[in-house]
Amino acid sequence: QGGPDPLITEVQDWARYTGEGVDETPYGLPIRFESDVVRRNVPWLTADPISSINFTPIHALDGTITPAGCAFERHHSGAIELAKPDYRLMVNGLVDRPLVFTYEDLERFPRHSGVYFCECAANTGMEWAGAQLNGSQFTHGMIHNMEYVGIPLKTLLDEAGVKPEGKWIYVEGADASSNGRSIPIEKALDDCMVAFKANGEALRKEHGYPARLVVPGWEGNLWVKWLRRIEVTDGPVESREETSKYTDTLADGTSRKWTWVMDAKSVVTAPSPQVPIRHGNGPLVITGLAWSGRGAITRVDVSVDGGKTWKTARLAAPGQPMQMTRFWLDHDWQGEEMLLQSRAMDDTGYVQPTKSALRAIRGENSVYHNNAIQTWWIKQDGSAENVEVS
Amino acid sequence: MSKFLKAVALGVITSGPALAQDDAGRLGLGREALPEEIAAWDVKIMPDGRGLPEGSGDVMTGEEKYLEHCAACHGDFAEGLGNWPKLAGGEDTLDRKDPVKTVGSYWPHLSTVWDYVHRSMPFGQAQILTPDDTYAITAYILYSNYLVEDDFVLSRDNFLDVAMPNADGFIVDDREETEYPEFSGEPCMENCKDSVEITMHASVLDVTPNDPDDGDGGEESVQENSEDPPADNAPVEDASAEQATEAAAGGETADAAAGEGDEQAAATEPDPELVAAGENVFKKCKACHQVGEGAKNRVGPMLNGVVDRQVGAVDDYKYSAAMQEAAEGGMVWDDETLHGYLADPKGFLPKNKMAFAGLKKTEDIDAVIAYLRAHP
Repeated sequence: QGGPDPLITEVQDWARYTGEGVDETPYGLPIRFESDVVRRNVPWLTADPISSINFTPIHALDGTITPAGCAFERHHSGAIELAKPDYRLMVNGLVDRPLVFTYEDLERFPRHSGVYFCECAANTGMEWAGAQLNGSQFTHGMIHNMEYVGIPLKTLLDEAGVKPEGKWIYVEGADASSNGRSIPIEKALDDCMVAFKANGEALRKEHGYPARLVVPGWEGNLWVKWLRRIEVTDGPVESREETSKYTDTLADGTSRKWTWVMDAKSVVTAPSPQVPIRHGNGPLVITGLAWSGRGAITRVDVSVDGGKTWKTARLAAPGQPMQMTRFWLDHDWQGEEMLLQSRAMDDTGYVQPTKSALRAIRGENSVYHNNAIQTWWIKQDGSAENVEVS
Repeated sequence: MSKFLKAVALGVITSGPALAQDDAGRLGLGREALPEEIAAWDVKIMPDGRGLPEGSGDVMTGEEKYLEHCAACHGDFAEGLGNWPKLAGGEDTLDRKDPVKTVGSYWPHLSTVWDYVHRSMPFGQAQILTPDDTYAITAYILYSNYLVEDDFVLSRDNFLDVAMPNADGFIVDDREETEYPEFSGEPCMENCKDSVEITMHASVLDVTPNDPDDGDGGEESVQENSEDPPADNAPVEDASAEQATEAAAGGETADAAAGEGDEQAAATEPDPELVAAGENVFKKCKACHQVGEGAKNRVGPMLNGVVDRQVGAVDDYKYSAAMQEAAEGGMVWDDETLHGYLADPKGFLPKNKMAFAGLKKTEDIDAVIAYLRAHP
């Protein structure tokens, strides 16, 4: 202690002079001191940033709702600008009446809202063959969790009238990639929605303004942005995005298809490689996120010794189906090395597996749907590294 | 009015009339989709070939079309350039480490190839290929995978006769049987294993992008983060500054060489409207070219300072032999050459590798040149 703190004993500028007026920022951005909390790209992953992905800075966030401005983006032909007056949504195929809706039409249907996580099937995909990327943003940041407002997809399909032979829908976007995907009619009529608001505001351009599909619990590639067409079909289209991509190749060379559900998963967001411990010994908040596409998170356990022993973490709120859940474990850190892990459970009784358990079944070449337990090696100086353990 | 009656009256007012629905519960919103509209948007091809239009294409025509539209990213022989997808090869690799997934080795349905090429390719210029072009390119991709001979002609009639090698390589998601029973139940909490060893470190690979230190609190780091560009941007900014300097130097040389007559033109202020229109036109170029601060070479060279500069002058960019020849001949990208090239890239400079059909409208070319001129 070096005497009185001048920040307290001396009058600071901000305590004497005035700040900005209310007209300064009609729609604001975070304060400049938070300028490092941004989406980041891993340039070597893809050929071109126009058809690429970036990562949510989950290491720097708390709570569960992802601010739209830093929620990850994945485009196959870039984020397009599509104005509401130019927006059309077609429902056609095996329906009684093929219809075209304007954006205005959509706003007149009875509305629905829900908080859902959207996780890219490739989230953590770079970690199959071994620990690769140093930071939860990069290992687990292809995810966001937002509160959507829109209309149930069932309402639109009912408006057109699905014929009995309609067993699937095919959805596509208005962008140059169109990113067409097939979805079984049961899921379409269950909980899918056409959303036009996220976290209270209009969808951001990069998230599909003015309307996108929300497919709760299922891989993000199905959440077609700039949604322009829904066709009821008698079978899957087997498009590029559901055959050559988003399929999971097993060790024997056969591949799983239609692996839409995102299984229970969790990660410690701090401390982690981008968030080393800087405060010395004593109270340490270990925190992270958990989610499951099959239901609600019921429990998250945390291990500081690489999985030898586990403690049950506190959930910020009881888990909700297909939403992110925040967990905290209050720990007394005495400068010891830790092998930090988290393990999520959902209300189906599913327990997040270790990487070796997943590899024993799928091999190392699946690319997608890696929901294995993550390990951070916290060193004595508080820095952290992404590692794998026996 | 009693409080009770008031509440009832309010209740009636606030609940309002029920929504008018027909017997099927429809609200009557939207309008009927016209057949022409459905035809314009519903271009999907089903695995059994439903949706394929009339037409045909042979391997040789396909090669021509492929070189024109696809090779810049996917390579002359469908081998893929850089990180762009490989379309050929990879047979017998699916059960090995790092399987090579191509049309030949992985794709189970030929309909997917036709659909994707026709619907979403070429990247940055979707939906310019006719059905005949698409049949031809699909035939060439099959040929490059040794799945058909060089005299093969693909059409709707023989489409389903093509055997895709990995057609039987897929199973429907079986996690419910193979994983969920094993990954369920009360997990171990104590003495779950005897020992724990680190078996792999991410730092060994060192592939994480440079990251500003998010964890450093305190005044100093706040200053650092807020006043300086983030650490991971620094190299990019340096590079762009360097390139800009070089480009500027190149431009000056070209100007000087062009003589006094051009000075007046160079001094004319760019028309902001034309520049803005050019920015819009440039969207067609963006898939391959970058311009502006931090612009780098991609499929095509970065274009800062390209106007009035020597042809083929960007360092570290691998130009086609045709472009190098033009450069050696002393060609300069001035108004005239740019007009010729942008109107008809292949006709103006045969065998150059720019896979772009050209800009049809002179005003688009004028605009894009103005836009490029605004990025010295």
